[in-house]
Amino acid sequence: MTLGQIALWGLVVGFIMSLVVITGFAYTTLLERKVLARMQARYGPNRAGYIPLPGRGKQERKLLKGFMQPAADAVKLFFKEDNTPAFADKWVYNLAPMLAVIPAILVLAVIPWAGDLPWLPEQYDYFAIVPGLNVAVLFILAVTSISVYGIVLAGWASNSKYAVLGGLRASAQMISYELAMSMTIIIPVMLANSMDLGVIVDAQKGGYYVFLQPIAAIIFCIAVMAELQRAPFDLLEAEQELSSGFNVEYGGMRFGMFFMAEYMKMVSFSAIAATLFFGGYRGPFVDQVPMLGFVYMFGKIFLGLFIMIWIRATFPRLRYDQLMSFGWKKMLPLAVLNFIVLAVVMVMAEEGAFDALQQAVLGIFG
Amino acid sequence: MIKEIGELLKGMSITMRHFVTPPVTVQYPEVKRPVRNRFKGRHELKRYDNGLEKCIGCALCAAACPADAIFVEASENTDENRFSPGERYSSTYEINMLRCIYCGFCEDACPTEAIVLEHNYELSFYDRQSAIYTKDMLIVDVPVNGLPTPQTVEPGIFNKAIPEMEDPK
Repeated sequence: MTLGQIALWGLVVGFIMSLVVITGFAYTTLLERKVLARMQARYGPNRAGYIPLPGRGKQERKLLKGFMQPAADAVKLFFKEDNTPAFADKWVYNLAPMLAVIPAILVLAVIPWAGDLPWLPEQYDYFAIVPGLNVAVLFILAVTSISVYGIVLAGWASNSKYAVLGGLRASAQMISYELAMSMTIIIPVMLANSMDLGVIVDAQKGGYYVFLQPIAAIIFCIAVMAELQRAPFDLLEAEQELSSGFNVEYGGMRFGMFFMAEYMKMVSFSAIAATLFFGGYRGPFVDQVPMLGFVYMFGKIFLGLFIMIWIRATFPRLRYDQLMSFGWKKMLPLAVLNFIVLAVVMVMAEEGAFDALQQAVLGIFG
Repeated sequence: MIKEIGELLKGMSITMRHFVTPPVTVQYPEVKRPVRNRFKGRHELKRYDNGLEKCIGCALCAAACPADAIFVEASENTDENRFSPGERYSSTYEINMLRCIYCGFCEDACPTEAIVLEHNYELSFYDRQSAIYTKDMLIVDVPVNGLPTPQTVEPGIFNKAIPEMEDPK
């Protein structure tokens, strides 16, 4: 393939997948509102739009009540007043929402969505916007680290005390949890011996890494929750303390972009977690019918989103010192220990330290 | 450690249990919860079975009202133009719903049980003028066997200022 063909592939597939994921983001907000509502014994939004079904006798039947709510929200956000505070740093103030939302979408470039589809170009082994990127894991780490700039700069440029406190909390929290996340993100790379996400997914053919490395998977999921600043780690927008934290001065669609960034990051981190630890597009019969990969991938992302919302509905917010001590004193040592133990075990296996044991086991059962 | 994780899972199970149980929300404009019998909602001016108004325009309700929400103007009944069985009737009866505190003192003060706080609680309006409920809005419909007011009656039947009859025929 020529460079032009690769670029064209990236553009076309990127455009389609972005549309899919942006629609998915809109419905993630609806999912969150609905699930949260049901967990609090409410209905949630059920007025905006429905699909009428033929009634049974007198009873009117409606399907998917409230499915147009995201559209209503978007229209509302577009038509709201979008003002800039008088003493804000206007350039940075306008830049910050974009800095927050772009990395959230950019992460999706390397996610493998399906296996070897029959109509894929020959050089590509799996379906992604940028397939075969051999530094994909580094790309994820680099891009997700940028998104904290959006939040900190938003807090700083608003020239408001609440906003700057929210921004500072965000930076402290993200740096603390990024370490634990990086230490666990290494583990699939070590096991698969590659940074290419397609290779990592293929290496999970035998068993998902969540079964091989449950501690790493759990630490990764907790660190992701903190990285996303979702409850119970939503200190930077703690309503009782900071009204709404870094985005307190934003309104209209610029607030909408922060909102979008948050939910897009939920989607993309669910996708990353699914890829690294839960087998990505792998599932029963995926080798025979590669299109099933999309189903499994979306299913796993949906499950990830549901668990995040479930946790938000259940747990109260951590105190700031609890957050810090949990990150530095529990998560990081455990992640490092897990990493070291795995490294040692892998090197020992390579050097043949377990050969005698293997022989003995084979001797008993064989 | 194990105990703490168990507690976390217990919390998760509680939210999941609520997720699968049906919501308790009442879908208000379509479904309305019935109010209690003694609920004090919007006032109604009652009529006797023959259609005559119970209100005799005495303005005791206006005197009893702690919020000064009621305004009554009385006029004389004649046998050709009879609204109520008493000597007078209320030609104007207005309640300012922005002032009313729904205490029910007017109900207690009324000698003929003409004003009753009923069960309608949907009292919203767009401007102050429409907060004033006039007699037309407050008075109940004419009963099935009754005649609309004003009625023309034979002289000499209704000759008391305050009617004695519970339900004059």
